[in-house]
Amino acid sequence: MNVLLWVVFPYLCIAVLVGGLIWRYRYDKFGWTTRSSQLYESAVLRWGSPMFHFGVLMVLVGHVGGLIIPKSWTEAVGITEHAYHLMAVFVGTVAGFCTLIGMAILIARRRLTGPVFAATTRNDKAMYVVLAAVIVLGLWSTLRANVSGDGYDYRETISPWFRSLFYLSPDPGIMAAVPIGFQIHIIAAFALFAFWPFTRLVHAFSAPVGYLTRPYVPYRSRDTRPGLRPSRPGWEGPPKLPARRDRG
Amino acid sequence: MRVMAQMSMVMNLDKCIGCHTCSVTCKQAWTNRSGVEYVWFNNVESRPGQGYPRTYQNQDRWEGGWTRTRTGRLKPRAGGRIKKLFSIFANPKMPAMQDYYEPWTYDYEHLLTAPAGDDTPVARPKSLLTGKDTKVTWSANWDDSLAGGNEIAAGDPILQQMSEQVRQEYEKAFLFFLPRICEHCLNPSCAASCPSGAIYKRAEDGIVLVDQDRCRGWRMCVTGCPYKKIYFNHRTGKAEKCTFCFPRIEIGQPTICSETCVGRLRYLGLMLYDADAVGKAAAVKDEHALYEAQKSVFLDPHDPQVIAAARAADIPDDWITAAQRSPIWDLIMKYEVALPLHPEYRTMPMVWYIPPLSPVVDILRDTGHDGEDLDNLFGAVDALRIPVDYLAGLFTAGDPAPVTAVLQRLAAMRAYQRRINLGEERDESLAAAVGMTGTEMDDMYRLLAIAKYEERYVIPAAHAEDAHHLEQLATECSLDTEGGPGMGGSGPFGESSGTPAPISIENFHMLRDRQTADSVAAPDDKQKRVNLLNWDGKGRPEGLFPPKKDGGDQ
Repeated sequence: MNVLLWVVFPYLCIAVLVGGLIWRYRYDKFGWTTRSSQLYESAVLRWGSPMFHFGVLMVLVGHVGGLIIPKSWTEAVGITEHAYHLMAVFVGTVAGFCTLIGMAILIARRRLTGPVFAATTRNDKAMYVVLAAVIVLGLWSTLRANVSGDGYDYRETISPWFRSLFYLSPDPGIMAAVPIGFQIHIIAAFALFAFWPFTRLVHAFSAPVGYLTRPYVPYRSRDTRPGLRPSRPGWEGPPKLPARRDRG
Repeated sequence: MRVMAQMSMVMNLDKCIGCHTCSVTCKQAWTNRSGVEYVWFNNVESRPGQGYPRTYQNQDRWEGGWTRTRTGRLKPRAGGRIKKLFSIFANPKMPAMQDYYEPWTYDYEHLLTAPAGDDTPVARPKSLLTGKDTKVTWSANWDDSLAGGNEIAAGDPILQQMSEQVRQEYEKAFLFFLPRICEHCLNPSCAASCPSGAIYKRAEDGIVLVDQDRCRGWRMCVTGCPYKKIYFNHRTGKAEKCTFCFPRIEIGQPTICSETCVGRLRYLGLMLYDADAVGKAAAVKDEHALYEAQKSVFLDPHDPQVIAAARAADIPDDWITAAQRSPIWDLIMKYEVALPLHPEYRTMPMVWYIPPLSPVVDILRDTGHDGEDLDNLFGAVDALRIPVDYLAGLFTAGDPAPVTAVLQRLAAMRAYQRRINLGEERDESLAAAVGMTGTEMDDMYRLLAIAKYEERYVIPAAHAEDAHHLEQLATECSLDTEGGPGMGGSGPFGESSGTPAPISIENFHMLRDRQTADSVAAPDDKQKRVNLLNWDGKGRPEGLFPPKKDGGDQ
């Protein structure tokens, strides 16, 4: 059972995530979008959407810090477990509630605004259930551990297990002792990863960081096939026409 | 100098009657789909009026286009790259559906399925967004021809820049129509606003397009375009815009809006420009200097140096020839009668307009003056500050001098041509009054008034060697020449057998024949036809029946 939950299931989900993304990118570039509903309604979105997205980005940073950076590294630079824990709980709770409240606003808006609800697909609804479950479970586990006790040091158990997935030598044994709340959160999160490529969430993978270095106006030639062109580095200036091909 | 070619358009506003044929055919061709019901790549606005979407010209509110920083550089008015990325989760400056209009249909089925009753059934309006009953309160053209009167026209952002007194008198002053498509700018701020880099300018002909596979629906382009000519498809979640009908342009056909324009007021042609000079010209400090700055970017296609540079930049020879014959070059640079729409947005738009003189003429005529006398016209252009200032607000960032100059040229042409029309002597002094010669006057008149299809639309076919497959010529049999063995007309198994001629070829030849014919419809057998509608049944009109084979009289 342990092996199934903490080895087979995570690998399966990661495989579906990667494979699904590749498949979607190859066959459904046209469908790869945020499917924004701002055109229908923007007053509520202005509050809900930034709250949710900035919250979830902070949560992401927290997870990367907590799961990927080993405890020994932070202690090596002089951050004690207590200090780390305080910071993580404080920032994490703020970020978590931002995310939760933002999401609540967005879901309420989606249900109550006529055109937005009309544009909501079944896939969207299922995605919201899974996403909300992951967020609520994570927040709840953290709060419970910190309210009823001194908190749970996941960096002793969950983090090494998570990293071991990537060393390809997963150790399901450590996970068995983890509190049930965290366990469900993790299972739900992997389920979300597997569902990810087939929902509108794919837009997270096209976060436009390239915009920061790109020249303002892109030029493209009609000559080559659209969509397969490498982007032009900014220092080359405006493009030249491709050399004329002589008719054979 | 880096020579690039740009497909451009000029519209002669004097000729626009506001019939919306361009809008309708464009919609049929491009936006007749779910998700873009509210979208008009081409729309015709009444001026004064609020435009579509409402008050789009008010950049204090919508923050479109570029702004010049204190260091003299350009950045998108809605914010640079970092600000854009931080506001990506909810674009604060995006027009809502209500600023365009809520698309609707009617419940026609109810007319047929309603049970018998005392009242006539009514088709109620249904929202295309929710499917529920709706109340129609605005549309793309709600204030057409000043409908709604002063109340709506007073919301015109251009009017609001003018003085209070002007605003009150304006409604009496004049009305004209402004057809708008995407400007296919030399310095497009929509492309600059796109975080994904999906909007690009085509290197060959300068057409600005959205790569539908790369668009991720971040919606920044809608804000970035000051003309609000990028639309968000709310079904697909992607941005869409006017394509300059590139599939037609590539095979040498004019855009649909030009093709179907009833007033024949649109001109299409190439402009060569110096791509290296664009950035600097768009960033000149004085807004009034932007019109001249943009003209300085254009390159004279007759200049041997420019021709050499164009060849070096791999621009094909037939494109250079087309640039030399371009009506756009003549209207912008030679006769200097076309002006850019809102140069102050600093996007370097490439759809230019000849401002309308007819309102001035109309006022003269209505007040009992001779509307074709040069002195009267010059006096009126000077005296009628309201129309001139309004036009300057549209075309020259508020500088009345270029508008006055254009109106004077048009007035001089009017007076000059009237003398010819009345059989009087040509009066060179009329041409000289606006710095032209009589020959130039004649040429300008010809281009503006009687230019044929090939003179209005000078479009070199795409140079890609795939122009062939664009026309689907590959499916043509080389034996299909006139009278050749492939020209049987019908295959061995009757008329509809064999390979059909690709529809695009059929359309292409048919259209070309129709558009270059001298009369509205000139079938070869016109003389032989009989109009049965006004045949009274008596006698046998000639041509009602085919001649008998034996040649004898019936």
